[in-house]
Amino acid sequence: MDGMREREQHEYLDERHEHDEPAVEAKLHQGPMDLAAVRAKLQSKTDKQYWRTLEELAGDPEFEELLHREFPRQAPSEWDDSVDRRDFLKLMAASLAFAGLSGCGRTPEQYVVPYVKQPDGMTLGKPQFYATVMPFGADAIGLLVESHEGRPTKIEGNPDHPSSLGATNAFAQASVLNLYDPDRARTVTKFGEIQTWSSFVESAQAIAAAMKGSNGEGFRILTGIITSPTLAEQIQSLLTLFPKAKWHQWEPAVGDGAREGAKLAFGSYLNTVYRPEKADVILSLDSDFLGSGPGHIRYAREFSRRRNLDQFAMADRISSEMSRLYVVEPTPSVTGATADHRLPLRASEVELFARALAAKLGLGGSGALSPAAEKWLDAVAKDLQKHKGASLVVAGEHQPAEVHALAHAINAALANVGATLYYTQPVEERPVNHLESLRELCADIDAGKVETLLILGVNPVYTAPYDFHFASKLRFDEKSKSKKVRTVIHVSSHFDETSELSDWHVAESHYLETWGDARAFDGTLSVIQPLIAPLYHTHSAREVLAAFGDKPGVSDYDVLREHLKAGNPSAELEKPWRKTLNDGLVAGSAFAPVNAALKFSAASLPAAKSTPADEIEFIFRPDPCVYDGRFANNGWLQELPKPVTKLTWDNAALISPKTAEKLELAHSVAWRGGEHGKVYSNVIDILLSNSKVTAAAWRVPGQADGVVVLPLGYGRKKAGYTGTNKGFNAYAVRTSDTLWTASASSSAIKKTGEDYPLACTQYHFNMEGRQILATGTLEQYRKNPNFANEHAELPPKELSLYKGEAEFPYDRDKWAMAIDLNKCNGCNACVVACQSENNIPVVGKDQVMRGREMHWIRIDRYYEKLKPTVGDAAAYDEALDNPPTFFQPVPCQQCENAPCEQVCPVGATAHSAEGLNDMTYNRCIGTRYCSNNCPYKVRRFNFLRFQDWETPQLKLLRNPEVTVRSRGVMEKCTYCVQRINNARIESEKANAPIQDGAIVTACEQACPTEAIVFGNANDKNSRVAKLKAQQRNYSLLGELNARPRTTYLAAVRNPNPELESA
Amino acid sequence: MHLQRSHIYGVMGEFGEPEELIHAVEKIRAAGYRRVNAYSPFPVEGLSEAMGLKRNMVPFICLLGGLAGGVGGFFFQYWAAAIAYPMNVGGRPLNSWPAFIPVTFELTILGASLAAVFGMLALNKLPQPHHPVFNVHRFTHASSDRFFVCIEAKDPKFHLEEVARLLQNVHVHHITEVSDD
Amino acid sequence: MSAGQPPFDSREIRRLSPVIGPGHTYGSVTDKISAIVLTRPTSLGWYIGFLIAFSLMGMMTVAIGWLVIKGVGIWGINIPIGWGFAIVNFVWWIGIGHAGTLISAILFLLNQKWRTSINRFAEAMTLFAVACAGIFPLIHTGRPWMAFYMFPYPSTMGLWPQFRSPLIWDVFAVSTYGTVSLMFWFVGLIPDLATLRDRSVQRPMKIIYGMLSMGWRGSARHWHRYQSAYLLLAGLATPLVLSVHTVVSFDFAIAIVPGWHTTIFPPYFVAGAIYSGFAMVLTIAIPLRKVYGLEDFITMRHLDNMAKVMLATGLIVAYGYFFEFFLSLYSGNKFDVFLVQQRLHGPYAPFYYALILCNILLPQILWSYKMRHNVTFLFIMSIVVNIGMWLERFVIVVISLTRDFVPSAWGRYSPTVWDWATFIGTIGMFVTLLFLFVRVLPAISIAEMRELVAETSEDEK
Repeated sequence: MDGMREREQHEYLDERHEHDEPAVEAKLHQGPMDLAAVRAKLQSKTDKQYWRTLEELAGDPEFEELLHREFPRQAPSEWDDSVDRRDFLKLMAASLAFAGLSGCGRTPEQYVVPYVKQPDGMTLGKPQFYATVMPFGADAIGLLVESHEGRPTKIEGNPDHPSSLGATNAFAQASVLNLYDPDRARTVTKFGEIQTWSSFVESAQAIAAAMKGSNGEGFRILTGIITSPTLAEQIQSLLTLFPKAKWHQWEPAVGDGAREGAKLAFGSYLNTVYRPEKADVILSLDSDFLGSGPGHIRYAREFSRRRNLDQFAMADRISSEMSRLYVVEPTPSVTGATADHRLPLRASEVELFARALAAKLGLGGSGALSPAAEKWLDAVAKDLQKHKGASLVVAGEHQPAEVHALAHAINAALANVGATLYYTQPVEERPVNHLESLRELCADIDAGKVETLLILGVNPVYTAPYDFHFASKLRFDEKSKSKKVRTVIHVSSHFDETSELSDWHVAESHYLETWGDARAFDGTLSVIQPLIAPLYHTHSAREVLAAFGDKPGVSDYDVLREHLKAGNPSAELEKPWRKTLNDGLVAGSAFAPVNAALKFSAASLPAAKSTPADEIEFIFRPDPCVYDGRFANNGWLQELPKPVTKLTWDNAALISPKTAEKLELAHSVAWRGGEHGKVYSNVIDILLSNSKVTAAAWRVPGQADGVVVLPLGYGRKKAGYTGTNKGFNAYAVRTSDTLWTASASSSAIKKTGEDYPLACTQYHFNMEGRQILATGTLEQYRKNPNFANEHAELPPKELSLYKGEAEFPYDRDKWAMAIDLNKCNGCNACVVACQSENNIPVVGKDQVMRGREMHWIRIDRYYEKLKPTVGDAAAYDEALDNPPTFFQPVPCQQCENAPCEQVCPVGATAHSAEGLNDMTYNRCIGTRYCSNNCPYKVRRFNFLRFQDWETPQLKLLRNPEVTVRSRGVMEKCTYCVQRINNARIESEKANAPIQDGAIVTACEQACPTEAIVFGNANDKNSRVAKLKAQQRNYSLLGELNARPRTTYLAAVRNPNPELESA
Repeated sequence: MHLQRSHIYGVMGEFGEPEELIHAVEKIRAAGYRRVNAYSPFPVEGLSEAMGLKRNMVPFICLLGGLAGGVGGFFFQYWAAAIAYPMNVGGRPLNSWPAFIPVTFELTILGASLAAVFGMLALNKLPQPHHPVFNVHRFTHASSDRFFVCIEAKDPKFHLEEVARLLQNVHVHHITEVSDD
Repeated sequence: MSAGQPPFDSREIRRLSPVIGPGHTYGSVTDKISAIVLTRPTSLGWYIGFLIAFSLMGMMTVAIGWLVIKGVGIWGINIPIGWGFAIVNFVWWIGIGHAGTLISAILFLLNQKWRTSINRFAEAMTLFAVACAGIFPLIHTGRPWMAFYMFPYPSTMGLWPQFRSPLIWDVFAVSTYGTVSLMFWFVGLIPDLATLRDRSVQRPMKIIYGMLSMGWRGSARHWHRYQSAYLLLAGLATPLVLSVHTVVSFDFAIAIVPGWHTTIFPPYFVAGAIYSGFAMVLTIAIPLRKVYGLEDFITMRHLDNMAKVMLATGLIVAYGYFFEFFLSLYSGNKFDVFLVQQRLHGPYAPFYYALILCNILLPQILWSYKMRHNVTFLFIMSIVVNIGMWLERFVIVVISLTRDFVPSAWGRYSPTVWDWATFIGTIGMFVTLLFLFVRVLPAISIAEMRELVAETSEDEK
């Protein structure tokens, strides 16, 4: 309730509301100051005195104590991991006290979504959608954001936007939780003391004035990748204002390989845009282009379009229809798992492979490979050549420049340029070598050349290579009693590791709170449109930059409009502006292809250096859930099982099964939770480049032998309640010259003898010879399209206790879902989308380890070709060295003969007229009999009170159309019944049947590969009916005669016969 | 005499062995007394016959109870599942009669047992905290090791001396007058 | 005739091991049994025992209190193992109850004289076991305060229970069973309550027993109806007791979980129930006769017979295991076959082998006449069997759930301290009730013992 008030205060746009204080009677008392006391002090002043009062207050040590107290919360107790939010409520109230500040703080003059009186065209209870983009690395993901009465609640993809085509990824889906993150920084602080924005502006101006004379000598700006023209423009204008100032960039999880590779190949920075849809044969050189990196959502969509299988097509057409994907990679990625052929190679050997391939294609140079890899290479080379102009070679983000250059050369040689990929001017506003840029900054700091350092968004103290010792550069030096940098200003959403060592910290606004722009992977200029006024006293990087400029206080809104106006000289601005806001992008702003002349020959490359065979290779990769650490405090992403390992809440040192055997690293399944929850794994010390981390070791089938993956983004020391001290910090052993690949003798790995419990939601990856996930090859499929149903022993209809009884007709609408296993790449977008849409709680590591996570849709990961065991997944099997990997999303199957319903004693779960398997939460008494009797185990139970009922921000997050479940009731996927009912209401109003595609479930909407299709099975022309008509279509566990409404289309791989024969 | 009669409930004789009791009862009934009752610490074999007791109503009441429970039980389930609140439960027909059998069975048993017990108590007019026979001091032994026969004053043939004489003839241990208040 | 060799002449047997010691009269049995309740001073042992049992029961109430505060999450259950100790204990307790009804009803119909001296506390045991069992279905729900939804009452929503669910069958079966057992027990008690009323000296006791005995005066007409009512109850209780565990077994047999979904369950659950029930009767009878010197009434013959019943039902159970096993393999159903492998080689295999040891192998010792007449051994054996039967329920309920259809959902189960506290607590409650029972009510049916005296005296004539 406090949160609501607070929000309104920000939303109301006229001054009157600003000093509206909470109706809590204040009482002053001794002892540590509490909020009542704060309010009392505030109330005792008149409006005019207001913020002076606060300034005084801010000086008050008790008050500081109150604000800087780390929220004391209960340690997770034996049986209950829930968070004690009481102290939290206090903090909420604290920000209330500051609401008074808005009197002197700025108020946005632009009207956005919020309203005081109900505006026209808005009906209470009906959500509105606004187009915006989420800037992410060298990409901007086009979004439509659902807003309920001014609260952004759900992220959807923007169908008109080239980077998303209506889909999203897990990060975008979860980003809305970041907005409401209770741990966000809320005000400007100096040395940790509350300051007002205006005092910051004053000192910024003071600094600027002081620099005037010295032309900005010693003024440095550090940012991540910037694809925003306006932001770049602002920085540029500062750099012109202060010619001696410098702009550095550091993006920890994006390699320089792509940039430098382009430079190496073409002599200048260029951006590469791929067209997987046009490629018949694709070779990925350690590139996870379907799962991460710029444009991956788009690429996944395009790739999946070539995975359509239409059984009625002629055999030859199928082959032309279905593309073939080869992946060479050290550790299984989403892309690798989807591949038709996958070759595990150590990261350093990928370059050798690229060189060898180039050589094979007659581009000169050479690369030594193992015989097996050699053979593989031959087949791939042949295949590529066979498909000149329709093939594609993609180099990985984390591969060195040489590999990228070779990829460019190979693509050129295969005449792919312009066909399956094209080059454009860089999307980054100022492409530089980030490592060198950061190195230069550090050198200058050491040389004492830096006076003022402005850090925008990034967190170098945590992410910089440890040999740069960035922290020491900011920290006050006890010996010399001095600081290397006089003033450090840090702008970030959370008060993090870097903020701690900064003088000033400006709380940064979330992208849903600010105006801005960003370029997508193909250069499309997109507009960031805020959906809500800042929840707290946060500011955008643009405002901070403006504070140093000649016209401080200029609003992002104006800056943006100015820029666009400059963009199109036509005097008339409003119309295109409105259109832009509506579309979320500037029409036709995508970069035109440039033809780049190749100035590179493979032969000219210096000899490659690769990890000695006897050494262990350590590689660094961004974590698939928390990325470089920026999402560490996001509960949804923390609890999201990682696509391949299915680990949650932790990262682990990933090791191949064989290597694990060699190093005698083992797992043991815990008795509580077991395979579906808790696995103890050996803890190892990793001594690397004169530093050490302690990590839990985890076996990953399909990983290259002798490779240890150290996922980045964990081990945060100051991320917030959720993210602090989870996992281990891989940055601690990451140096500037081993940025992506390090190597050491196997003695670098020492068993500590301890075991660490990891929360793994699916430890058992062996199908035990059951047809759970039907797979086949294109060859098989051509011979027998019905292979998936051949061995299913479907019981005859008359085999029933109620023979002759009339069955339920479901004659109006018959909702059903088809999931194409041929397309799903396990990217997890659907899982988070479902969590966001359906108010699914986060339960915490302890409960996940007890097998109690709540996801309504889970993605099962199975390996093929494994010998059936008696369920002992730990047993080593050489097939684990490189097993075919498949993903299977499992939501409620909505069975027509639902086994769960028959056993419910109170009829809390029953069928609707449209055949939905409905849960009636308020009737459920929680016997859990339904879950026991559910063969798919898709039901989820509120064993404790998992839902957070107190934290005000999280209340804003909830979807008002979905019940918030409490303790003791069963819940499960509902096919997003709220969306069905919305469509139903519309259709009744229009008195027309519901059109196919009018209802899109959250998971379907988020899916980049269109693997999930929902619709009316009675409508013969619906997409779902067509899919179910395919012979590939099969029911999971059909022999149980539960008649699931959700069915699967068997996965079909398109292997190269040449390699199959082996 | 008439006055007296109105004050006494009957005359009670006490025996030490069940055989004596049966013998006495036979004698008394042979003498034409009908309002006679015997009291024993445990059910004495042959006593009922001697008393000329016929089949009783308890089994019949029990049968009714069982029928009520069973028939009522089944149709209640049918009504609840098919008429009152029809729901599609796991695609099973509304009248999934095989699934209703167990409850029907249990309710049959329940009805029958309740009828049997409460029928028995009702017919025995129990609970009945007070009864004239309790006025007899030695009657406490009726619940441990003694056997009693009581010829009630309501019997048309009842005459104090006659009854006393008759009882003496069957070697009674004690004779007591049972007062009626 | 050498010791160890069972005597073959039936009269000889009755002489050697009679169902009641020699030289007893109506008065003596009455005195001896009612004395335990009325005159005998409460021993220190009783107080100590009662205190221990009662504190265990206190532990249970704490455990349940915490459960209501926090939720069933404090137990070891999870997805996929939705049912843990709660249901295991429920089935176990219900099973134990069965012997009581069986002894009093079936043996009564079969006119087995030897039942007389044990049926009273066997029935009491039934009631207390059902009371313990009844706790679990209630508290294992996620929202116990809503559990009344399971009873048919006219709700404002017009909703009724879902009668296709075996859990509803349970509700009816168990509540019927409880009611009938209570009536059966009480009807049997009426004459003895009258005895106590007439023999107790303190006025309050007189009044209490007087009220309970409802003015019973042993009238021939009353006995006449009483006997037919008792006979009818026995006749009704017999199919009932068989139906109750059948229904309980439906909880599993009706479900589709491999290891649950099998037709052999009803018979072998019933056999198992009687098995564990008789074991429990022995566990109680042996100390009882010792402490209260009732060797004359609960004679070796009783112990011997009960041991034989255990042996017989144990063999039926063994047959059940074998067939469950055989059918799984014979069916060729890949899930059932896998389940068998699980039991033999899976992570929970030790439990399965322990259960085979306790329920099948060790009881075979009961073939020996000598061992059957070794009271200490019988006592230990009875406890072993109870552990075995508990393990059986654990194997069925929990282990079947750990690995069913979809390997990705496989998990494991281990109980928490709260699971244990609740389980041990119910044992405490059971014993507490027994202690109170032997203190305030005749543990042996006095009236029926008098009958027995009468009959035996006839035998001698």
